[in-house]
Amino acid sequence: MSEATADESGRDRAEMARWIRDRGVYVALAALFLLNVVVTNNFLSVGTISLQLVEVVPILLVSLGLALVIGTEGIDLSVGSVMAIAAGVLPLYLGYGWVAALIVTLLAGAVIGLLNGVMVAVVGIQPIVATLAVLVGGRGLAQVIAGGRQVRITDEGILALARTRIGGVVPLSVLIALAVSALVAWIVKRTVFGHQLLAIGGNRKASVFSGLPVRRILIGVYAASGVLAALAGVLATARLGASDTPNVGQLIELASITAVVVGGTPLSGGQVRIVGTVAGAVLMQLLTATFIMNNLPYTWAQMIQAGIIIAAVYIQSNRT
Amino acid sequence: MSTETAPAAEGTAHVVEYEPDFRNRMAELAQKHISLVVLVVVVVIASVSFDDFATADNLTNIAIQNAQLLLIAVGMTLVIISMGIDLSVGSVYALGAILAGMASSSGAIPSILLPLLVCAVFGTVQGLLIGRGRMTPFIVTLAGLLFARGAALALSSELPVSIEGDAARWIGQSEVLGLGIPVWIALAVLAAGALVLNRTGFGQSLFAIGGSEEAAVLMGLPVVRSKVLAYTITGALSGLAGALLASRLGSGLPTAGAGLELDAIAAVVIGGTLLTGGAGSMSGTLAGVLLLGVIQNMINLYGGLGSYAQQVVSGVFLLIVVVVQRILNRSQRV
Repeated sequence: MSEATADESGRDRAEMARWIRDRGVYVALAALFLLNVVVTNNFLSVGTISLQLVEVVPILLVSLGLALVIGTEGIDLSVGSVMAIAAGVLPLYLGYGWVAALIVTLLAGAVIGLLNGVMVAVVGIQPIVATLAVLVGGRGLAQVIAGGRQVRITDEGILALARTRIGGVVPLSVLIALAVSALVAWIVKRTVFGHQLLAIGGNRKASVFSGLPVRRILIGVYAASGVLAALAGVLATARLGASDTPNVGQLIELASITAVVVGGTPLSGGQVRIVGTVAGAVLMQLLTATFIMNNLPYTWAQMIQAGIIIAAVYIQSNRT
Repeated sequence: MSTETAPAAEGTAHVVEYEPDFRNRMAELAQKHISLVVLVVVVVIASVSFDDFATADNLTNIAIQNAQLLLIAVGMTLVIISMGIDLSVGSVYALGAILAGMASSSGAIPSILLPLLVCAVFGTVQGLLIGRGRMTPFIVTLAGLLFARGAALALSSELPVSIEGDAARWIGQSEVLGLGIPVWIALAVLAAGALVLNRTGFGQSLFAIGGSEEAAVLMGLPVVRSKVLAYTITGALSGLAGALLASRLGSGLPTAGAGLELDAIAAVVIGGTLLTGGAGSMSGTLAGVLLLGVIQNMINLYGGLGSYAQQVVSGVFLLIVVVVQRILNRSQRV
């Protein structure tokens, strides 16, 4: 190493940074998993593992939507409030059957997403500001819809989303999340829409000049993020057995952005890593769970999470 | 205005030339003073519809309830003018309140100074990561939001920390000339902020950085130092605001200030400071804070609506203002 020129050591460092960015999340996840095997009682049991997987579902769904948005060099801070709106809308339509209620709720998410998309793509407001306004107003709106109180959910169809276990073992909600992950991965890798959204994130001006339907794609991406957040809201509500508009999805935008960034998707757009995002979401959930399962103060987990965000973004920005 | 259009007599060509200039000026005026106009309108509506609004009691109440927000918004104005954002203010505010409680047993002065200093250092670290580390402000301060909230909860064991000693409570609870001491402090900080922004090199660098960071670097302005200072000031003011709140309430709550960052950003933006940086004013920020405060007060006076109605109003207001700003901006460029 001492013989290496400054240039080479610089390249080495860049290579290492890239390696950490691409694989770091898997290493960290494996390390944390092993730590839990050693430290946490009863960690390696079907009950514990499937509980962790169920808990990660809302973060994962929201993260998938955010990964698409971040791929276009955007951001969506409104996801937690969209979850709250979904929780508020869902009980209102359960009278028409759970399928109808589910569809209306997902549509509500799509409408909020459309609003975000129009603000960003047509009016030209920065994504952080447009979605911040929806973050503020959205939760309030959710509480206005729900009358500011918790509503218990008794509908069997909705509760089944959280309680059904396929083959008695694998929770249905986890399978839904996996299916959605595969769908999003397919969209990014194999569809024109996916390629176009990455092109916009890579170079928006060039995309405009080369005649891509930039506005339509951006609106579509924000709408997708809204729908996924609404689905997360439905599943969180089903799991709780109640519509908790004041609290559902609080600060989930933080956990999700961390999951996406830790998973190797750069905030500067043009790239989306779905498998990394899934691993990132599981990592965030497992980190919180590690503290809770070992009776350590949750607040420490929060502070460590903050450190992880900074480290992940720092490594990314080092790349260039 | 009539003199502007006077050249019409000399030929229509002139009118066409002057038209965009005139529109630019109107757009700029609207941008800067729209919040003040809306504030006046809202105050008139409030005075007419609520008998209890224009009473000395109610008005001093609005003042004391918004003193903390004003302090934070002053810092946020500096940060946003430099094209940054600070999402950590609400959590730093809670951290300040907790530190004030912890230091209050050693006296009134430590109960203000400790939060001020610790939170200033917190801001400096964020500023260094943003300025020197070249990381995106919203990500750094989002992590800061998480960290400071965690620290506030950990330090207090998630319980309120009471303010010990009459002197430490006196700062928040007594009045001078009819207004609470925190209000006077906030107004003094606002005035100082306006001076710093408009009359110092630091203030001018912030405008330059917000206008074009590259150009500011090329001009040899102290870009990194200015950014670090802006986040340091915001951290310090958030901590001070938390300490004053704790002093007024008699205890510091680790959960205080959740979502406060949004109110602060909303107030600053409603006050005409551009989120794209490079333009803004402290007087506008004062108008923005008062506007949010008066609307909140009207909702309270109306009664029967939860605090969430305020959130909807803030969100809708913020959206309308940024859309209007955007449209005015466009017409300015024409």
